[in-house]
Formats: sequence, structure tokens, C-alpha cells
Amino acid sequence: MSDKKPISSVNDFVVRFANVNGSGSASANEMFARAILRHGVPVSPRNIFPSNIQGLPTWYEVRVTEDGHLGARGGVDMMVAMNPQTWDKDVAGIEPGGYLFYDSTKPMPSTKFRDDITVIGVPLTAITNSTYTDPRQRQLFKNIIYLGALSALLDMDAKLIEQLIGEQYKGKEKLLSSNVHALHLGRDWALQNLKCPLGLRIKKSDKVGDRIFIEGNSAAALGAVYGGATVCAWYPITPSSSVAEAFTAHCKKYRHDPETGKAKYAIVQGEDELASIGIVIGASWNGARAFTATSGPGISLMTEFIGLSYFAEIPAVIMNIQRAGPSTGMPTRTQQCDIIACAYASHGDTKHVLLFPEDPAEAFEFAAAAFDLAERLQTTIFLMLDLDIGMNHRLCRPLKWDDAKQYDRGKVMTAEMLDEGRDFGRYLDVDGDGIPYRTYPGTHPTKGSYFTRGTSRDRYARYSEEGSVYADNMQRLMRKFETAQDLVPRPLQANAERPTKYGVIYFGSTSPAMDEAIGLLEARGHQLDRMRIRAFPFHSSVASFLAEHDFVYVVEQNRDSQLRQLIVNENGIDPVRLVPIVHYDGTPITARFIAKAIGDHQDHLKVTPLRKAVS
Amino acid sequence: MTYIAKPKFHHPGLKKNELGYTHRDYEGKISTLCAGCGHDSITASIIEACYELSIEPHRVAKISGIGCSSKTPDYFLGNSHGFNSVHGRMPSVLTGANLANRDLIYLGVSGDGDSASIGFGQFAHSIRRGVNMTYIVENNGVYGLTKGQFSATADRGSKSKKGVTNTDNAIDLVAIALQLGATFVARSFSGDKTQLVPLIAAAIRHKGASFIDVISPCIAFNNHAGSTKSFDYVREHNDAVNRLDVLVGRDPIAVDYAPGTVQVVEQHDGSKIALRKIDADYDPHDRLGAQTFLARHAAKGQIVTGLLYVDPEAEDLHEHLNTVETPLNTLEADTLCPGSAVLDKINASLR
Repeated sequence: MSDKKPISSVNDFVVRFANVNGSGSASANEMFARAILRHGVPVSPRNIFPSNIQGLPTWYEVRVTEDGHLGARGGVDMMVAMNPQTWDKDVAGIEPGGYLFYDSTKPMPSTKFRDDITVIGVPLTAITNSTYTDPRQRQLFKNIIYLGALSALLDMDAKLIEQLIGEQYKGKEKLLSSNVHALHLGRDWALQNLKCPLGLRIKKSDKVGDRIFIEGNSAAALGAVYGGATVCAWYPITPSSSVAEAFTAHCKKYRHDPETGKAKYAIVQGEDELASIGIVIGASWNGARAFTATSGPGISLMTEFIGLSYFAEIPAVIMNIQRAGPSTGMPTRTQQCDIIACAYASHGDTKHVLLFPEDPAEAFEFAAAAFDLAERLQTTIFLMLDLDIGMNHRLCRPLKWDDAKQYDRGKVMTAEMLDEGRDFGRYLDVDGDGIPYRTYPGTHPTKGSYFTRGTSRDRYARYSEEGSVYADNMQRLMRKFETAQDLVPRPLQANAERPTKYGVIYFGSTSPAMDEAIGLLEARGHQLDRMRIRAFPFHSSVASFLAEHDFVYVVEQNRDSQLRQLIVNENGIDPVRLVPIVHYDGTPITARFIAKAIGDHQDHLKVTPLRKAVS
Repeated sequence: MTYIAKPKFHHPGLKKNELGYTHRDYEGKISTLCAGCGHDSITASIIEACYELSIEPHRVAKISGIGCSSKTPDYFLGNSHGFNSVHGRMPSVLTGANLANRDLIYLGVSGDGDSASIGFGQFAHSIRRGVNMTYIVENNGVYGLTKGQFSATADRGSKSKKGVTNTDNAIDLVAIALQLGATFVARSFSGDKTQLVPLIAAAIRHKGASFIDVISPCIAFNNHAGSTKSFDYVREHNDAVNRLDVLVGRDPIAVDYAPGTVQVVEQHDGSKIALRKIDADYDPHDRLGAQTFLARHAAKGQIVTGLLYVDPEAEDLHEHLNTVETPLNTLEADTLCPGSAVLDKINASLR
């Protein structure tokens, strides 16, 4: 039947599950990914889900990658087609020579298949219905049954899956044994009725090492726990809600006083994003470490308060889990599209600190660091995650914490300092770094109080509309922003093997795809120096990198190449030398896309030198 | 005017309170509001209430939104931290501040535009949550700073200074506060200091969400014939249900009232409110009754004032959240950070 040789690959292929939202497939699919990890083989899974609770199509994609390429690859080698709604599109999406796994209980017309793929039918419904009578059980165990069948087809070790089931249902014997039973129903049927294994196989390896498997939102929330956040105010919005939910779960475990049972944190679900950021500002003004988590529409609503934070100099941490905008946009699709909105949020002249973690491990580190930065700089710090990092499990290095570390609470004048006769001017730059001292409310009976306001005031916080007083303050705020340059995470640079005139700048979730693309580009003969930006304001090494290269590609996941705009604007660079490489359809950027876009541009640049043409 | 520095000296014989502070220690900068503004009388009442309660001035955090009323925290308690925040957002800022440090006294000052229009949602939700605060709305029915537009508390049928009749229905913040579960609800009149001062004092001593709506005529834009928030109109239609005295700590319960006319309410912190009843049937512990009473009197065009509802055993947001007694803003890494050993375990669970 097949006129194309079936794909043959060990530990390097993409399996995509097409399911119906709400059918309980997510946990079975995640178990599939985890099981491969237990074989010592890295995976990179992605949930592609609708803005819906039940009924709409949802996909789960697992990239099996012995080489550890954690970006999305593009293309599907094996489709587990469990959703009739999307059947045609799902079948059409399989790579030539790929595999289609489906429920063969009901016969399908041959027109529904393709000649160039291998079709694997397993009567999942028939097996399920003959074993279970309860409709919900039928639905849930069907997922485990296909997991069992796949384990046989892909030559996976069933023991490792059983182990996972054992961990998941620890203490729930009945669930444990029934899941193991379902697993073997599928596995045994496949072993008896199908040719196992296929050309696609999992072979035990040792490429996972000590890495962990965690969602970015959960890691960021854990960073907030370690970073000493005590107040969290939030309003539900995809894809950020799981940050606050994870923070709640982590706090329940690690933040209750063992003796009294009382909470060393306060979490408030606000009535909207305005209230959430207001609560954060109020708490931070009063000396607590506070944060909110939101996404684009929430940022739009928060901007008035963000301006207050900038101008009245109140710490705040905002985790922005970006999704595709503008407006409601694509709530469940990923983008890096709020760079400009956050960098210059609010009316008037403002600039804000942005942090760009590349994965959950950095999300943890940067989240914790954000609280130090917010208190040191007395302003808003944005942790710029996106849906791709935030809501997907990602393999990353283990989280680390140095127990000797103390929190940097910034410049806070205490009652003792005031009693010593220190001059307190709330907006007085005593150290030349643009950062003034602040006092917490209630510090001293007669000294150190001041009136916080969003209106202009002098160095001693006295209301003033005097032009020179206003300008003096605005210039100090610029000085403070320059100070920030050396406090935020620096860019990381990796040079090509041979000297090159070309460079590439990227950030955040583009990282794994970019790393992989470099290999593809090298194979095409293109050498590129790389710089991964990790924060705004940009460190001076960004300007040097630009100066050292004729052309620099800026790879990002938005239409308007927002990081490029920011670089041009902040460095006064000739925009022609910065080539935008943008991907913005809401799917995660792939190495294939980057390599093609940059490779094509490089090929165009390779004009024959004039001398050669003449001679 | 702000360029005039307020002189610091005062009469040597000025009375001192229990802590040794004089009135002057509770004052702030010179007001920049119009001469005769009702808000300045409220400022004076806040000063008086804090003096009488012998509060450490710096243990109060005064938070406001934007507008004439929201400027006033600069004019009292000069040794307290103040926060003139964002229009309509005082409640959220106050909620956050309160979560950070439960040991301070939180005074939220707002206006009718700030709380009934742009900040209606935040007003409602801070009350719902039971934030421990004294929330004062200085209610004049107009936008003063932008020169006299109607606000959402302006009564239907009332006339603006320019002669325009308001056709929208009014929001009664007291009725809403009662409905949303405020545990201390009062209304007063800026021109009635003897009623207002003890109300503010009792509200400060109340643990939970205290709300006081103070009708405060705008001398510049809402004090004319046809206004229902003018001095004359409010005096004529004021229907006080009770008057009160606040008794704190060592004070014996005053007994110089005629028997049967006084109801003593003991609050959670031991302070007592002696309510002198004017309307013998009015029961300030009956939320539903208060709502009906208000609605009935509003229909008759009467402005009901006094302590309208109090729940002396109220709980606040910190109790709902079960937070530690120590203020959250004093906790450091040693108690907040789970440490590397725990992190190693977390890592192990993620493989």
C-alpha cells in the first residue's frame, strides 16, 4: 500500500496526539512523555489547546530528541488521531512515510487514509467497552489503553510506565492496579495483533542526566516563594493563572508556621487586574515583597499603576505570561508580543526593567531575583515569560539555591538611622546611583514620614510643579535606569568557530530553537555569532555586539520585531543593520523556520565579489 | 496655600492626651482647598478623633485616591505616611498595605467620584473582603477639581450650579456598604462635628471594614438652591438616629444619660460605644432593618445619619487568610525561604 518507505528513526521523532478537550487525555499523554524521559531520552512536549473547557480539539505534541533539541521541530512523524473533528487535517499533516495510529473499532473508508503512510488500527473502543461499563471509566481508560499499545509499537519498557503509574497513584491501590491493567490491555493487544516495534523506536539512553521536568509557571511561582514574596494578588487570565495557583500550592506546603499553622503569605484573587496591581503597589509601599501574574490584556489595564510605580518609585513584580495579542488575540497561543508595551508602559516618559528567562530554570532564578531588583531599584520589574515556557513541561537543569543568600531589601532608612540624624529626602540621590532612600510607614514617631504621590514633587517629597524640580527628578530617574543596566542579568554571547561579520540576537523561549538552528545553519555553511538578551535595559555589551557585526538578525515571536525596535531606539543604531526574523502565527518558533529565514537572507548576501566577476 | 509654612509653635498650655501629644501633633500641612470647604471640617474631625483616641500619629497609614477629598490626607497627621494614589484605586492600595503590615491603622479617604464612579468596583470589593480599615467618603455630589460636574451620588432631580438637572439615579454608598457586608456603617455630615468625631473614633477602633459616608457640601460648586448636598439642604433633611460617645480603656462608662436612652456597644478591642438613641426603635445590630430603614427614609427625602450598623464581633481579611500575627513586611529569608535542601527534594520529585 505504501509507496514511500516508512520513516525509521530511533529516539528522534515527533508524535502528535489529537484529542477532544476534556476527554482526560492530557494525563495519559503527559505520562507518555514522562515514560520516554525515564528511558533516558530527552523529550520536549507541547500542549496545543483551545480557549475552551470541553469539546474543542486539542493536541499534545511530543518531540523525542536524543540530541536534546527542546524547541518545537515542526512536522509530525506519528499521529495518534483520536479526534474525528480534526481527522482530515491531522492525517494530512503526517510526514510522508509517517505513521497514523487510530481507533479501528468502526471501519473507515479507504479515502480517509493516505498511501504514503503506515496505518495502525487498534480497536480501542471495542477493547474498552468489553472491559468497562462505566462511561467515564471507558473514556479515561481508553487513553491508557492507547498508551499501552504505543508502548509496544515504539518498543518502550512497560516496567518504566508501570513505575510512573505507581508514583502517580501512590496510596490509591485500586486506581493503581486498574491503570496498570488498562496499560497491559493495550500493550498485549498490540503485541499479539500488530508488527511491533515500528520503524520509530525508543531506545534506552543516558541523555537526560539530572535534569528536571517542570512548567515555567510553576518554576516562576517557586522562585517567588524562594525570593520572599509574601503578597500575591492576581486575576485569572490564560496563560498566567497557573502561576498564582502554583504559588498557592507551594505556599501551602512551605509557608505555614509549623507551630501555629498560620500563613506567612497572603494571596488575594482581585476583582480585576487594576485591583491586583493596586494591592501589589500598596503592599510593596508598605515594605512587603509582592507580585502579580498576568498576560497582555492585564498589562493594558495595569499601565496607570505601572506609571505610578515608576514615578513614585514603588517596587512591584509583574510576571507577564505572554500570549498572542492584540486585544483578546489568541488566548491559548504563544507570542513574545508585549516587549514594547512593557518596556514603555504608561503615559509620560517611562522605562521599565524587563527580564527574559529562556526556560523554567531561569524563570525560577529570575523570579527570585526580580524581588531583589524591585526593592533595590524601587520600581516595577517585569518577568517576561510566555505561554510556550509557562504552560509546557520543559526539561531543564535542576533549580539551585544558595542558602547563604540574604534578600537585598534595597535602601531603607530605619528608625536608628533617622535618630542618628541622617538626612532623609525621599527622592534625594545621596549615592549618585539615582536611587533614593525610602522609609516604611510607621517607622518613627517624628521623623521619616512623607507623602507618596503620583504628582511631581521635590527631593523631599514636597509637592511642586516647578519645571526645574520636575526635570531634576526625571533626570535622576534616568540615572537610576542606567544603574539598572549593571544589576540585571547580562546577555550571554557565543561566538561561531570562525570569525564572522554576522550575528544573531534572540531571547526567551526562542532559545532552544535558536540553538538548534545554529547547527542547521552551520551545515549550510553560515557562521553566526550569537547573543541571548536576558534583560532590558540593555547592557553595554549589546552595543558592542552590534558594532562588531555588519548584520545582526533579531529573532523574535511577534509581527513588528519589537525587540529590534527597542534595540534601535535605545542604542541609536542604523535599523538597516538589524534584520528582523519574525514568527508570529501563535505556534512556537522552530529551528527549521529560523534556519530557513536566516539562511535565505545569507544566501542573498553572497553576491559575487566584483573583482572576481571581472577577471 | 502651600507656600505658607505652618508655624510650629503653639500655646504652652495646650492640652495633652494620654500619650503626651497635643492637637498640633495630629495636624498636617495647611489645606489648599477652598475656604469653607466641608472637607476641611472632616479633616478637623479626623484630627480630633485621633487625638482623643491617643493614637501614635505615625502608626496610621492614610491612603487616598484622586480628587479634592483625596488631597486632604496631606492636611492631617503630618507624621504619618500618606499615599495619594490613583483615581478610584485607594481601596486596592489600602488592601495591599494592610496585608503587608497588620499592625498599623488604615485610614482610607475618598470622594464620591473616587468611590461611586471610577472606583465603585474597588469600593465594593474592599468592603466585601472585610479589610480592617476606616473608609471615609467625603461626599459632595460633584467633581470639584474639574469644576462642578455631577458625580454618581448626586440625587436625581438635583440641580447643578449651571442649572442642569441631574436625570441619573443616585448611588447610596451606605446602602451598598450594608449590602456588601461592611461591619461598621455610618453616615454623618461635615457640619456636625459632635456626631462625626465619635463616629470616626469608633470606626478606627472597629476591627473590620468600617465605612463612613460624610455629606460634605462643596462650597464652590454644590451649595446653591436646588442642590441636595448644600449646607442648608442637609441641615433641613438630616435625620439622626443616634449620637454616640466612644469610651476607651480606663474610661468608666458614662452614666449621666437618662435611663433607657443609651445602648452600650462593646467592640472587639474592649472599647465601648455609648449610643444615645434619638430614634428609639432603631437597632444598629440589625443589618436588614437598617437597609429597610434607610430605603424608607430616603424615599421621604430624609438623610439618615448616625451609626447605622455595627457588628462588634467582626472578622477581618487577615483572619480569613489565616495570616501570621507578625507583620509580613518584617519577615526575612530565614522564615520565608524553604532553602536548598527542600529544593533538592523538589528537584528529585520532578524527574
